[in-house]
Amino acid sequence: MLQLISLLMENKPGALMRVTGLLSARGYNIESLTVARTLDPELSRMSIVVDVEPNQRAQVIKQMNKLINVLQATDSTEGPAVRRELVLLRVRASMQNRTAILKEAEIFGARAVDSSVEGFALEATGDPEKLDEFIDVMRSYGEIEVTRSGLVVVSLDSKKLKLAPPVSKEEVTQVS
Amino acid sequence: MSTNLMNGAQIVLECLAREKVEVIFGYPGGVTLPFYDAIYDSPIKHVLVRHEQNAAFAAQGYSRATGKVGVCCATSGPGATNLVTGLVDAMMDSIPIVAITGQVTSKLIGSDAFQEADTFGITRSGTKHNFLVKTLAELPRAIHEAFHIASTGRPGPVLVDITKDAFQANGHYTPVSSIHLPGYRVYTEGHAGQIRRAAQAMWEAKRPFVYAGGGIIHAGAHDELRQLVEMIDAPAVTTLMGLGGLGANHPNFVSMPGMHGSYAANMGMTETDLLIALGSRFDDRVTGRLSSFAPHAKVIHVDIDPAEVGKIRTPDVPIVGDVKKVLGKILEELEATAPQMKSKNATARAAWWAQIKDWQREHPLEPVFSTDEIKPQHLMAEIDRLSGGEAIVCSDVGQHQMWAAQLIKFNHPRLWINSGGLGSMGFGVPSALGAQFSRPDKLVFAICGDGGFQMSIPELATIANFELPVKIIVMNNGYLGMIRQWQELFYNNRLCSAKLDTFPDPEKLAGAYGFKGRTVERPSQLRQALEEAVNEPGPYLLNVRVSPFENVYPMVPAGGAVNEMVLAPPQPVEVA
Repeated sequence: MLQLISLLMENKPGALMRVTGLLSARGYNIESLTVARTLDPELSRMSIVVDVEPNQRAQVIKQMNKLINVLQATDSTEGPAVRRELVLLRVRASMQNRTAILKEAEIFGARAVDSSVEGFALEATGDPEKLDEFIDVMRSYGEIEVTRSGLVVVSLDSKKLKLAPPVSKEEVTQVS
Repeated sequence: MSTNLMNGAQIVLECLAREKVEVIFGYPGGVTLPFYDAIYDSPIKHVLVRHEQNAAFAAQGYSRATGKVGVCCATSGPGATNLVTGLVDAMMDSIPIVAITGQVTSKLIGSDAFQEADTFGITRSGTKHNFLVKTLAELPRAIHEAFHIASTGRPGPVLVDITKDAFQANGHYTPVSSIHLPGYRVYTEGHAGQIRRAAQAMWEAKRPFVYAGGGIIHAGAHDELRQLVEMIDAPAVTTLMGLGGLGANHPNFVSMPGMHGSYAANMGMTETDLLIALGSRFDDRVTGRLSSFAPHAKVIHVDIDPAEVGKIRTPDVPIVGDVKKVLGKILEELEATAPQMKSKNATARAAWWAQIKDWQREHPLEPVFSTDEIKPQHLMAEIDRLSGGEAIVCSDVGQHQMWAAQLIKFNHPRLWINSGGLGSMGFGVPSALGAQFSRPDKLVFAICGDGGFQMSIPELATIANFELPVKIIVMNNGYLGMIRQWQELFYNNRLCSAKLDTFPDPEKLAGAYGFKGRTVERPSQLRQALEEAVNEPGPYLLNVRVSPFENVYPMVPAGGAVNEMVLAPPQPVEVA
């Protein structure tokens, strides 16, 4: 079953590897993963879609929370959150199809970001199922090439961020 | 800021000194040369082992015998990759060690330079955390954070990979006054409500049973464990990792549970109505088939690692916290409620104890003796007699490990040192070496099989070099005994690559390193041979020829239920 995990983590070298390594060590296949800096440049937000047996979901979150670079791991599969994905799609369009393609794109809220004699580059956002349909429809017009961003998520209820306070190392500094 | 200009290597040593490190187990190499140049002037002792894997095992032995952080060091590339088994081993058994590895100059990283390996990537999953340090400025923080992470929460190994140019750069040591790792949350206190519920459940149980693991040792919670079992008068088992957590001489101590645990231990686990799991992790070697494990029990699970609570068995009373602190609070609660509650279920409790005693009588864990050959159990009984529950016993991995765990008693924590989770052969001798460094006052045995011992022979040089009075006892059955046992039981006795045809003459081998060794074969000579080994002021290698076809019992076949253990061989095995 697909699980959507949202991570807030320190933007440090190797942090991504720790997360993906944890999943691959347990034999889980990552369906999608996006990561980018947050407002605080020292932190990154990661959204991961991963295939996990339902009874292991809580365990995966606990293991993620054990990673020292991870400040918060949340299971965002269910619950109030906005889940979106971006698709960039290039479609070859014959001259007689061009208007139809643009009309169809409009239905999906997609917009043309490039146009050439060859065809269009289109950009669409939405939930993954809707985007699947969009891609199917576009395929019916001709040869396409697709890049998907993977799911990104923002939770709608504010989970309190529990952070570890600094620990004094006085006993270390005192020694000459 | 210290006024002296130092190089990175000196700063590392300054950090280590401030962390009160006394010994580093290591092996030098090209990129760690600046570090070794600094060690030349340092009061910290460097112990040159003969293989990096043994540096990690020795650091573990040092740590396991005292609880202090063990330190090991290796160079880049092969040095670091050789450490890996020792790191993963420490990870599995939650042992605090800090590994310092050299890395090629930062400009060369990624260029397939000589002796370059991606140590940071390779050790990611085998450490609690790891660091790659490329500049002098990052060094003090990385080292102090490494010690903090290794020694707090659920302990574990931490590796700091340091580039050669970081070792060589010049600068000042800036003291690190605080460690701030916002994502490193350690919950020590335990939930007050759950602690009350746990105490309540302990009074209400008719057949309580304590299942204590290595966490008791790591937390130093042995006193609290003893007080608990006395307060509620519950029988207690300690796992392979927890031996000594409750003294073997304590009347409430049953034995080790699990695959080679006693009948009483496994029956107790099966029949209990309240399993009190303390710093233990429901390992498959303990639980056997999970669906049949403690089927009637309510479970209280105390562990400092939130990921362990509910990982295998969903507890009725989960408590995330330091088992020492949590037990302290449970004891307070029990004390406060004792007057009304203590006599509750007295009849049921008495019947429970009678049942436990019956099981112990029916199938005791007892040594086997023969007048024709030395039985492995006989050997363990003799070592136990010499130890009197007080010696440090470092074990390798295999049959001898199980017999030692069954038959040698440990009256205190940190006496039994073995590779439990990873089961690394070749652990016994180097861990004994490390343990003897941290406990020079103690009699230290290294008990090995003839297989594992031959993985450790290089360290005889280190032992000889430092004149460590380690008593190496090889339980020599001429086979990889546990492999042979499984091939006999589960592979139609088709013994493939289980026989160890050659074993070096121990007298000549030990003699080559300048200490004493011998072989003993006759049961009648065993006691005297062991006494001679123990009375020798220096190291000693005693090769004990034991009966080759003895199997470890009781045994729960892998995937079987613990109450369906095989207690003895079905019939004498005919061997052509």
